[in-house]
Amino acid sequence: MFKHFIRLQWKSFFRSSSFGKGIALKILMIFFGIYMLTTLVATGAGMYFILRKLAPDVNPMWLISQYFVYWILIELFLRYFMQKLPVMDIKPFLSYPIKKSAITHYILGRSAVSIYNLLAIFFFVPFAIVLIFKGYPAVNVLFWVVSIFAIVLCVNYVNFIVNKSDKALLVIGGIIVALYAMDYFALLPVKAFFGPIFHGLYAYPITVLVPMALAILVYWINYKYLRNRIFLDASLKAKSQEANTSDLAWTRRFGDIAPFLRLDLKLIWRNKRTKAQVFISLLFVFYGLIFYTQEVYANMMPMYAFLGIFMTGIFLANFGQFIPAWDSAYYGMMMSQNIPLRKYLESKAGLIAVSVVVMFLLTIPYVYFGWKALAVNFGSALYNLGVNIPVILYFGSFNKKRIELDKSPFGNMQGTSGTQFLIMLPVLGLPILIFTVIYYLISIEAAVIVLSVLGIVGFAFRNYFLDKITEQYRKRKYGMIAGFKEKNS
Amino acid sequence: MIVADNLTKKYGSQEVLNIDHLEIPKGQSFGLVGNNGAGKTTFFSLLLDLIQPTSGKVENNGVQVNASEEWKPFTSAFIDETFLIGYLTPEEYFYFIGELRGRNKADVDALLAQFEDFFHGEILGQKKYLRDLSKGNQKKAGIVASFIGNPEVVILDEPFANLDPTTQIRLKAIIKDLAAKQDVTVLVSSHDLIHVTEVCERIVVLNKGEIVKDIQTSTETLKELESFFGG
Repeated sequence: MFKHFIRLQWKSFFRSSSFGKGIALKILMIFFGIYMLTTLVATGAGMYFILRKLAPDVNPMWLISQYFVYWILIELFLRYFMQKLPVMDIKPFLSYPIKKSAITHYILGRSAVSIYNLLAIFFFVPFAIVLIFKGYPAVNVLFWVVSIFAIVLCVNYVNFIVNKSDKALLVIGGIIVALYAMDYFALLPVKAFFGPIFHGLYAYPITVLVPMALAILVYWINYKYLRNRIFLDASLKAKSQEANTSDLAWTRRFGDIAPFLRLDLKLIWRNKRTKAQVFISLLFVFYGLIFYTQEVYANMMPMYAFLGIFMTGIFLANFGQFIPAWDSAYYGMMMSQNIPLRKYLESKAGLIAVSVVVMFLLTIPYVYFGWKALAVNFGSALYNLGVNIPVILYFGSFNKKRIELDKSPFGNMQGTSGTQFLIMLPVLGLPILIFTVIYYLISIEAAVIVLSVLGIVGFAFRNYFLDKITEQYRKRKYGMIAGFKEKNS
Repeated sequence: MIVADNLTKKYGSQEVLNIDHLEIPKGQSFGLVGNNGAGKTTFFSLLLDLIQPTSGKVENNGVQVNASEEWKPFTSAFIDETFLIGYLTPEEYFYFIGELRGRNKADVDALLAQFEDFFHGEILGQKKYLRDLSKGNQKKAGIVASFIGNPEVVILDEPFANLDPTTQIRLKAIIKDLAAKQDVTVLVSSHDLIHVTEVCERIVVLNKGEIVKDIQTSTETLKELESFFGG
């Protein structure tokens, strides 16, 4: 039975949409994956030396044990977002002569080999190998690695239990903050308390039985819970949220584009992936803190231009690059309805323009790092408004990949094609290039003025550009409709 | 109202539709039947300018559909669920379509009131997004949305599939009424020969992209169709 399951799993992996992508994207993703793994392995291997250097008189094993409690909690916290038990996948098996216990074991067992579990292995195994070479007793280290794997499995299965309510997430988050705060303000020696416990896993190999027993216990709890709920109306039912109707009456003042604006706002707010884009964009306001605070970058003006274009244009890039694929699910309807294409595009442009203004307002506090930061951000915002909005809308007409709106936003590459990488060149690269050249030739003031003027000129010719873009969308209409129809592309 | 001339559609070397001449007068209820792959949806997609014809043209009220968009204000369609916007509630969807067709909320509400029976209390005020409705209910919402804004041409692809018996009977009455009393040209495709013969004044049979029968519906029509598809 399990042989069949594994074969299915194999096929679903290699026939999945992410594998059917264009060859260039595939290679890029493979390189990215290799890079991530190499980094992880290198960090694991180097961890011993890093810890030695950080605290020369403390045993690295002792030190790392102290942080185990945080590692476990943070992993639990992160997995809450990333990992869900894919119960829907077993729906087709229900009516076949397969024991429900086998189905349950399959879906739980399958999660044990998930990539999230492997990450920890890729980190700890190199670390352990270095330990053995450094003369730590091999038996202890080996059993310790086994313990680690058991702990990872515990985290894996505990996640499925707590995953059922949002409150659990808040509790875990609260515990992490509370523990860290108590540690930091020396109220309670959290690290000193948990350190010896986890160190025990190394010191006494026999204790490996404890995490193993725990792992089996949580597996069993999961099994019991799921086995009784493999029914269409219990755990297998996709959750539907209660709809709250809103007519967003305030949008009426925007006249002709109001219906589309309303549709776009609902699109963004009611779908996971778009909603995540908004939050991610807002978070990127803090991106500047990384660079402005560092001496190295303090006088590196091209870096300022990058930050300005990037921070004020993050939503423009994130959301704009997939226009009109966001509407791919119902693009056929849009094209046969009585829709002025131009109004549709104007609404998108308006929305992005608002985002640029908001992002600029949010970056104003960076004036703390000098007037230059503010001036560059202002010029960048104008450039984004006037030039980048038409540019990104224009490139949108090349989008032919469907986007499934209700899919998870994390690591979701749906809708991505070569176009997305091409877009980034003119949107991000060109303004930075212009800025850099003028800055070195003349001065920073001139560079900011040039960016601003380009933006204003672009804005003045806005109607002309929009007409041209509308024509472009009309021309490519059939290709888009056909492309958006293809699922799993 | 609708005229197709030398209309063909090819994918590579495979011809999926080839119509010499087809004329559908205003106010006719027109039925299109045929097996899978006969070209029904292709024909409707060409009518709506969703795909490009390989040769020939379609005119809708004198407007060539792939040359001008003037046909859009008086034409509406429900082809499949991709015509619905999943993240809207049915009400929001109706109002949105209403706005596109120049109808305000009150107009749409007045129209929806006529379809209370048809909705059977399962569409309005359910606090559900369209994506969370059952297939049948999604279809009901889509069909009614295509009636918003007094269109002169209504195109429905497989409207009876997935509907429950009560709704099927109600839909038949609605379609007949549209064509007979309001002079709307209704184009319907179906796999259900009984429904089509009951509803449509004229039935065209497509086979492998070509028109093989063009019948004015009479009492013998159902038998004729059954012997065609059965033999």
